[in-house]
Amino acid sequence: MGPIRESFIFEFLYCHLSLEASCSSVRILNVAFIPEDLSWISFILTSFFWIFVFINAALVGVLVLIWGERRLIGKFQARLGPNRWGPLGLFTPVADAIKVMFKEDIEPTLSDKLIYVLAPILMVVPVFMIFPVIPYGAKTFLTNISVGVVFVLAITSINSLSVLMAGWASGNRFAIIGGIRAVAMLLSYEIPMGISAAGVVIVAGSLSLSEVVNNQVIPNAIFQPLGFITFLIASTAELNRSPFDITEAESELVAGYMTDYSSMKFGLFYLGEFMATIASSAIIVTFYFSGWRGPTFIPSEIWFLTKWVGVIAIFIWFRATFPRLRIDQIMSLAWKGLFELSLINLLVLALMIAIWPDPSGMQLLIMTLVNWVVFFLSIYIFGKILSPNLTGNKIKKRSVVYGLD
Amino acid sequence: MSTELVTMNIGPIHPSTHGVFRMRVTFDGETIIDAEPIIGYLHRGSEKLAEERTYTQVVTLTDRMDYTASMTNNQAYILSVEKLSGITPSVRGVWLRMIAAELQRIAAHSVAIGFLINDLGAWHTPLLYLLREREKILELFEMMCGARITNSYLRPGGVFMDAPDEFWPSLNKFLDDMPNRLDDIENLLTDNEIILARTQNVAILKKEDAINASITGPMLRASGVDWDLRHRNPYDFYEKISFRRPLGTVGDNNDRYLVRLQEIRESLKIVEQCLDLIEPGPVKPEEVPFLVRPPQGESYVPIEAPKGELGFYLVSDGSISPFRCHVRAPSLINLTLLRDMVIGYKIADLFVTFGSIDVNMGEVDR
Repeated sequence: MGPIRESFIFEFLYCHLSLEASCSSVRILNVAFIPEDLSWISFILTSFFWIFVFINAALVGVLVLIWGERRLIGKFQARLGPNRWGPLGLFTPVADAIKVMFKEDIEPTLSDKLIYVLAPILMVVPVFMIFPVIPYGAKTFLTNISVGVVFVLAITSINSLSVLMAGWASGNRFAIIGGIRAVAMLLSYEIPMGISAAGVVIVAGSLSLSEVVNNQVIPNAIFQPLGFITFLIASTAELNRSPFDITEAESELVAGYMTDYSSMKFGLFYLGEFMATIASSAIIVTFYFSGWRGPTFIPSEIWFLTKWVGVIAIFIWFRATFPRLRIDQIMSLAWKGLFELSLINLLVLALMIAIWPDPSGMQLLIMTLVNWVVFFLSIYIFGKILSPNLTGNKIKKRSVVYGLD
Repeated sequence: MSTELVTMNIGPIHPSTHGVFRMRVTFDGETIIDAEPIIGYLHRGSEKLAEERTYTQVVTLTDRMDYTASMTNNQAYILSVEKLSGITPSVRGVWLRMIAAELQRIAAHSVAIGFLINDLGAWHTPLLYLLREREKILELFEMMCGARITNSYLRPGGVFMDAPDEFWPSLNKFLDDMPNRLDDIENLLTDNEIILARTQNVAILKKEDAINASITGPMLRASGVDWDLRHRNPYDFYEKISFRRPLGTVGDNNDRYLVRLQEIRESLKIVEQCLDLIEPGPVKPEEVPFLVRPPQGESYVPIEAPKGELGFYLVSDGSISPFRCHVRAPSLINLTLLRDMVIGYKIADLFVTFGSIDVNMGEVDR
């Protein structure tokens, strides 16, 4: 029970149930009633309570995100967005959810039944597992596992398997193309994502998410901008969001891997995607925006929430702005662009950490400066000099000529 | 590595086939090996129906052919009827229908660009910006004739009613506003790296191929052929108007986008010139009867519709309805090269190319 007991929110509830001796400092009122020799009961009760809270919080978060995304994209597109159901259209996602639940559940004849049913479940369940390991505040986290960074990277990559399963099991050619695209793309973007995350780990000196936040004196987005940009782009691709939404590509593949899904199975995909967006944003906040850290006059949880909403808004902004890339361009962007950029970032950071293993304030500033120089140099080289070849299409800005009279 | 070819039916119900268009496409992985267009899902027999209606009633049928450009459809038909029956249109009527036609061109090109960018996957943002501008044009049309899309505004000899007084300030406001909106669109789209990477050097249509396949309109001009019927074979009062003709240099999807965008700017200039030259007077000559009875004969007047050369070939047997009506539909003829343009490119390019051709299934199948 060691690492779990570090968690304040877990211990608080646990100690108000259990009469354990070590809890005496945590208990405010002496209201605990389960004897110490039965403390496994209080452990299970506490665990189930928090599972219940986290799952429901994630679901409510998805509803809020759906509303926020539609509302915000409405503003981007010079229209109102949802405004009929409830104040500011807040209940629109609820109405959507009810509608989705009552739709007819169609199962294609050609489908591989077992995999067809498993795929949407596999989309949603892993995402739930990310939320407990995120440190939401100085003391507000459920569990602090020692390999948190590896854990979240591993868990977020499961959804590519789900997409492939859905595409394969549907027995539909649109779906298969979507599924194959998903595997090609998601596997490629795992690599720059992992290498960028390695940069975070090097700076923090630990794989634990709490330590990553604790050791971020300067937010990593400022400290290592190159790593931040590559990680942000890679996680946009991981999330299948625009401009990398080739797996569902509405204008090409109708709905890609979920073309043949309906009713609650479709709803689960929808849920899983939005929840992955929330989870990925939380990861980005933890890795690159120094998590819950901030001036102490505002509670750390509020800091985390503010940054969280900000990062989600960036994803929504991407979606409202960018057209979609083509599959070969996406692959060359991953292998010819992001892969090298993340390696450069890792190399520079590793060199500097090797020189100054325990940097002081001044040394941190110098490191930041060096990182920014590297950032601008490599973005210039990749963006201006190599970019015409980066996508395999020699692009050149051009304008029209006019006919002579 | 050997792969198995996959044949897919794309359409007739699909988010980006712009109506009910169907393609039977064979892919090798992501690469297109073959694409067979299958049309006819929106065939309503407009040409045959025209034989059962009077010359004035046929105007309403033309509205429903290219429903994003009803005014130019009206114009092509009316010009043919006027030539067939020897009607001299009234001066103000001609100016009014030129204004209407150019506004319609702006609206149609807005739709074309918007849906092209949508096919690129831009999730509706540029589309809605452009549809907002189109909406203003539709409101202007509503002032002119009471209808927004199926206008039926033109009549043999001119138009059926004059534009009301409040139309002119609204039109001026639109003309002042639109260049800024176009600048916004250009800032968002023209130099966007993703759009450049997606559209440049994709589905190149060579000059010779375009001419051989009798491609017309912006698609032909994007291939670098200076052919605009408003300039080459002026109808109405286009010889009194000066405008430039934007031409592409390569003939790929990006050029087709650029040409359409610049044509909107030229159309705005044409409307401004029309506003300077328009004079008061009747919008339709008194002597034109309600039931036009052209003498026996035939006529064909091609015009530059937003999608290309549009003409109505009419044969009269002296009665009140055409003996035969054939439409030279630019959408249909421009679509014929789709297969040659997309082979060897990726799945995603298929839809972008189809969007850049800018067909309207109502006009393809009629």
